[in-house]
Amino acid sequence: MNKTFLVIGAVAVGLFLFGLSNANGDLGSFGITIMSGLFQAMLLFLVASGLSIVFGLMDVLNFAQGSFFMIGAYVAYAVHHSPQLIAAIPNADIRFIIALLSAVFVGGVLGVFFERALLRPLYARPIFQIVMTFGVALVIGELIKVVWTPTPYSWTAMFTARSGFFTLFEQQFSTYRLFVIGAGFLLIIGIGLLLQRTRIGIIIRAGVEDSQMVEALGINVRAVFTLVFTLGCAVAALGGAVAAPFLGASTGLANQFLLSAIAIVVLGGLGSYGGTAIASILVGVSVAVIQDWSASPGVNAPVWASLTPMILLVLILLIRPSGLFGKEN
Amino acid sequence: MADNILEVNTINTFIGQFHILEGVSVTVPKGSITVLLGRNGAGKTTTLKSIMGITPPRTGTILFDGKSVVGKRPYTIAKLGIGYVPEHRAIFKALSVRENLEIAERNKGELERKVDFIFELFPDLKRLYALPGGKLSGGQQQMLAIARALVPDNRLLLIDEPSEGLAPVIIEQLMHAIRVLADKTTVLLVEQNFRMASKLADRYVVIEEGCSVHTGDMSNLVTDAALIQRYLGVA
Repeated sequence: MNKTFLVIGAVAVGLFLFGLSNANGDLGSFGITIMSGLFQAMLLFLVASGLSIVFGLMDVLNFAQGSFFMIGAYVAYAVHHSPQLIAAIPNADIRFIIALLSAVFVGGVLGVFFERALLRPLYARPIFQIVMTFGVALVIGELIKVVWTPTPYSWTAMFTARSGFFTLFEQQFSTYRLFVIGAGFLLIIGIGLLLQRTRIGIIIRAGVEDSQMVEALGINVRAVFTLVFTLGCAVAALGGAVAAPFLGASTGLANQFLLSAIAIVVLGGLGSYGGTAIASILVGVSVAVIQDWSASPGVNAPVWASLTPMILLVLILLIRPSGLFGKEN
Repeated sequence: MADNILEVNTINTFIGQFHILEGVSVTVPKGSITVLLGRNGAGKTTTLKSIMGITPPRTGTILFDGKSVVGKRPYTIAKLGIGYVPEHRAIFKALSVRENLEIAERNKGELERKVDFIFELFPDLKRLYALPGGKLSGGQQQMLAIARALVPDNRLLLIDEPSEGLAPVIIEQLMHAIRVLADKTTVLLVEQNFRMASKLADRYVVIEEGCSVHTGDMSNLVTDAALIQRYLGVA
């Protein structure tokens, strides 16, 4: 465990020094990089947390998790920009809240259907399940193109938090980024408390270790599977909805976040919720720092930013082969 | 018949393509300790798993308190009042001792009502209450696994190899605990340690190559050296 915290500390200090030197000691510009990193970290966490808990509990690596993020973005965009809703509710702030709730609802409903109708018959065939989630991801991608066309959408109808800014170290920071970072941390703590302090949390943690034994204690594990899978899909959809005002809605979102999220789940240690949260922050901030450096005139190689999650994964696995908080076996 | 809490009749269980149980029959009288004896790989553990619905039998009947449990999911069978203590303990190592017990609650407040009895039976668990299960010794983990099955009001306990890999002093403690339990509930035990089994059980069933081949009162078996040698290889 000490080695784990040493690795986390070393990466954090390295990022801090590298980021600060890249910003030539300008705290304002460094602050923007960190804010951007934490913003990405929270979005990544919203995809990776569901992926991690579902994998730990159900042994299902859900390749469609990124697709739920994408669905969330499209639903939020469509609801927020719907002419009928704009006419009915001119207040953009209220519309945005409705957009978030709609995305969560659609993600949850599709999650229930996905688990019950498509995954449940395949619990005895894990390989088929992986292929199924991959297939579902492809189908969702194509359906999105049919419903919304392949053209990406940019968020145009602003609301208070999205259009607001505040000044720190003589630099302007987006209020919305701060809102997402704050909400993300609250969600990390909220899900953490759910897992640690509630009966359903105890059941989920026990199920990650041995779901058969949990069932033998008189608990309907399949119902718990459905609940957790649904929550995972709903949280991913929330991530997409929260990201949409910045990133818009496009079919590229699914893979863009899925690959990084898979790296985060492995990096944090399979099935470890705390590991996923910490790995999300490390990856998010690393990507932002490297993005800044790679876009600087002397380097001009933006590809380094997209490679960062995998490079970080390889480096940490060399030191901790089972991930930051993964069990040795 | 009415005095039997469990009646397993000629069950055949497959795991994948392997035919593991080829006609096992076991009757467990209410209030008794019945032990399944047999060599390694005979099918004793699979018999318990078949009763719990973990490896459901393909044919045959299993009646718990006169009602069939074949085809029911393990959680439904457990809720009927069967507690299962699997081999190798199967406690949740990341959960604290308290959480390991809490998870077994079927009704709110059950643990609170039972915790004094559990601590009386296994005093070690009281001082280890907040520790993760993974930090416990093998014997303490076994105590926790049995204690977990005591939290709900189970009418039958299935205990698989409780003495496996434990020191004699711990085995003595467990034997005492199982005796105390037998005053309150019925126990179906799988045990390789014949010394322990013979001291605890009222009845026995010998399982050999997936078949139940002999059954009777333990008091008769302990005096029949030839039978013990034949089925169990114990002199």
